[in-house]
Amino acid sequence: MNQVGEFKEGDIILKLEDVHMSFGKVTALAGVNLEVRKGEIHSIIGPNGAGKTVMMNCINGLYKPQEGNIYFKGQKVNNMRPYRRAELGISRTFQKLELFGGMTVLDNIRLGRHIHLKSGIFSGSIYVGKTKKEELSSRQFIEEEIIDLLEIESIRDKPAHMLPYGLQKRVELGRALALNPELILLDEPLAGLNLEEVEDMARFILDINEEERWKITCILVEHDMGVVMDISHKVNVLNFGNQIMDGTPEQVQANPAVIKAYLGEDDLYSTRR
Amino acid sequence: MKGSGIEITKELTIPKLFLSQCRKYGDKKVAMREKEFGIWIPFTWQDYYENVKYLTLGMVSLGLQRGDKVAMIGDNRPEGLWAEMAAMCAGAIGVWLFQDCMMDEVKYIIDHSDAKIFVGESQEEVDKALSIKDTCPKLDIIMWDDPKGMRNYHQDFLISVKRVQELGRELDREKPDLFEKTINEGHGDDICLLFYTSGTTALPKGALLSHWNMLTMGRNLMAVDPCYDTDDFVSYLPFAWIGEQMMSISCGLQMGYTINFPEGPDLAQENIREIGPHVMFAPPRMYEGMTRQVQVKYIDSTWIKRKVYEFGTKVGYKVASLKFEKKPVSVGLKFLNWISSMTMQKKLKDHLGMSRLRHCYTGGAAMGPDHFKFFHALGVNLKQIYGQTEVAGISIVHRDGDIKFDTVGTPIPETEIKITEEGEILTKSPSVFQGYYKNDEATKKTLIDGWLYSGDRGFIDEDGHLVVFDRSKDVMTLNDGRPFSPQYLETRLKFSPFVREVWAIGDKREFISAVMCIDYAVVGKWADDKKLNYTSYPELSQKPEVYELVKKQIQEANKDLPEPARIRKFVNLYKVFDADDEELTRTSKLKRAFVENRYKDIVNALYSDVDVVHMDTTITYEDGREQRIKTDLHIEKISA
Repeated sequence: MNQVGEFKEGDIILKLEDVHMSFGKVTALAGVNLEVRKGEIHSIIGPNGAGKTVMMNCINGLYKPQEGNIYFKGQKVNNMRPYRRAELGISRTFQKLELFGGMTVLDNIRLGRHIHLKSGIFSGSIYVGKTKKEELSSRQFIEEEIIDLLEIESIRDKPAHMLPYGLQKRVELGRALALNPELILLDEPLAGLNLEEVEDMARFILDINEEERWKITCILVEHDMGVVMDISHKVNVLNFGNQIMDGTPEQVQANPAVIKAYLGEDDLYSTRR
Repeated sequence: MKGSGIEITKELTIPKLFLSQCRKYGDKKVAMREKEFGIWIPFTWQDYYENVKYLTLGMVSLGLQRGDKVAMIGDNRPEGLWAEMAAMCAGAIGVWLFQDCMMDEVKYIIDHSDAKIFVGESQEEVDKALSIKDTCPKLDIIMWDDPKGMRNYHQDFLISVKRVQELGRELDREKPDLFEKTINEGHGDDICLLFYTSGTTALPKGALLSHWNMLTMGRNLMAVDPCYDTDDFVSYLPFAWIGEQMMSISCGLQMGYTINFPEGPDLAQENIREIGPHVMFAPPRMYEGMTRQVQVKYIDSTWIKRKVYEFGTKVGYKVASLKFEKKPVSVGLKFLNWISSMTMQKKLKDHLGMSRLRHCYTGGAAMGPDHFKFFHALGVNLKQIYGQTEVAGISIVHRDGDIKFDTVGTPIPETEIKITEEGEILTKSPSVFQGYYKNDEATKKTLIDGWLYSGDRGFIDEDGHLVVFDRSKDVMTLNDGRPFSPQYLETRLKFSPFVREVWAIGDKREFISAVMCIDYAVVGKWADDKKLNYTSYPELSQKPEVYELVKKQIQEANKDLPEPARIRKFVNLYKVFDADDEELTRTSKLKRAFVENRYKDIVNALYSDVDVVHMDTTITYEDGREQRIKTDLHIEKISA
């Protein structure tokens, strides 16, 4: 495996090796393996309680797995705190929104840039030199790359809690992007959205994955099979902590074990359309 | 400095004027600003010049020739104006489409106009063009300016505005004087714009306008209400609306004022406030929206603020009505008005972006007297304008100090008005259009001996002001035989913030009735406060409490009407009239013949002895999807 440094498209950027995670007697992950290549949209699907979010939390460091190893860009990250992993380039959104409700959209997004602000307390307090430079480039990045991409110009000064749910989801994605990550973990970004919002969000995910400017590797946890099968390069199927399979959308759709895991067989590939 | 100082002659064209203005101002003055990425980005006249020059030459090198058509669509933005100016500089004809046009409308206009180049803004417009490309064989090239989402489009006929400008630079190196030579070939009588009018009855008709039409229009309006090159104007209404062309091109270019483009349609109101324009021209629905916003905020605000507002408007209305009657305002009232101005009017005007406003016009449809008085009570110099696409904008306007809320004013210079025996309004001026494109029959009916037959009915009052009654074909006859304007009734009812759209019925019938569309946001808020449960517009509209609310609004409006014109029955519709359902034109005028046919069940029910009408129809969403709606509508009577 590559060591930290330049990663080309197709290189394995994230690797989970035999990861075990249990809470008391409940086993959430029972030896899960995953290889995510740079430039991919790698989806993780499974019924409720399959362990998808636990896996996300293990990757970004909210949980520490009892067994197994996690490598990001060739570096073992098992013992790293979440903020250290963020510095390496892992960013995420949450299934249950975790925005700062009383803060404006812009402030929420700016918070995501915090990790890139290196100037000290002194220059920060009088806004000169390094701070000013950082602030200006950060503003340009947020406005030109994020707000423009996500089309949230009209709400930039609105408090986050005042916004409809669909827009809040967008703001969360914006905050995750502000980190300028290499790998983004999207935990059910489409849940609770209406058809139009789903289409928009799917477009944004494709944009950040394909657009030359971003080229972000995505791990997508999602129940909307129509979107998952449409936009993913690879799909990983979990069921009660066990990995059923990992393959292309076509392989997954043809696998009887997958269909069985999702009891309502006919519903598996039904979309909202 | 007032005006360009250039005489408008038959030789002059818009590009020639553009060239001389660019030379005059160069990089010393800002020609336009666009709010992008959260900041206002200025473009000087030099930038304007260069962008248009290379775009023109680029289009020429792509094969654009004199007399070809260039179709344009997209939000208001500098690139849109550059494309239009570039088309004119190349001697071609600009055709604007409404941003929200449905596919068949786009197809009809592109095909009918024989457009060769299509200029869209982004992926959305490009997709529209691509889907009709096969059926419009004359369409050669599709241009776009926003690269977002365009990474997977590689067809040969797709080209970015930037790339076209590069082609233009190459051509400029080969033939350095081509740009100015091409401009100099133009003549004032050449056609510069082909404007599709939103027909209330039939398919859109393409009105041909010459440079001379557009320039004389601007000159004559500016002679009445001069603007200055230090002024600011915000361009946020569709370029496909003649009023916007009049302000941005006819007047804007002559006066050299700065044109500001908001960040997006939903940010227009906020951006207008930041700019504080000196001049504004919008259709009544924009002002109706502002009034509604103020009325709703008033209901929501604290006791003390409400009292200040009530005091301020009371004084304001008094002063305004004295001014309408041209009576002197007493010193005491002036003092009270000053207090009201300091405590309320100034703040409110600031919020509406009207604090620096010198002239503000409404036109394109009828505005109710209540809305009109409302703005005058705020101290806003709102004036009515009357005109149509066929006179390149307007022909009649109110003069300062001579404003009557029930008239549209007096003719601008070089304009004559005549009323036929049937009451139809005729106009003659240098701005009268050249005819309809590929439609001689309609041209013959509209243009007779240089007079433009408007199809509007009106009369001239004792002060020489024109009063527009209504569209001739819409005028109703009341049960006592008198003619009556449904539009008048509708605009009165729309003064209530709870009412979004109204359709008054009753031509040659026993009594007048109305189909009401409630305002979802305002009535929804009202219902929330009353703790009424509802899940959708259809459900909310049928609540007995909402019926009671609407009834009160109608009773209020009925008070000032003569007995036979009072509304006796009404029904709340399960949806709002929408241009996508062809119930309104793109400029939001009600298509009466269409709704009458579509809702004939409702009309029949209103004039028979039933309480409920069963509806079963389909509605169309903006993306073309359809939904079937089955519902029962209650009919409410209003006692005499």
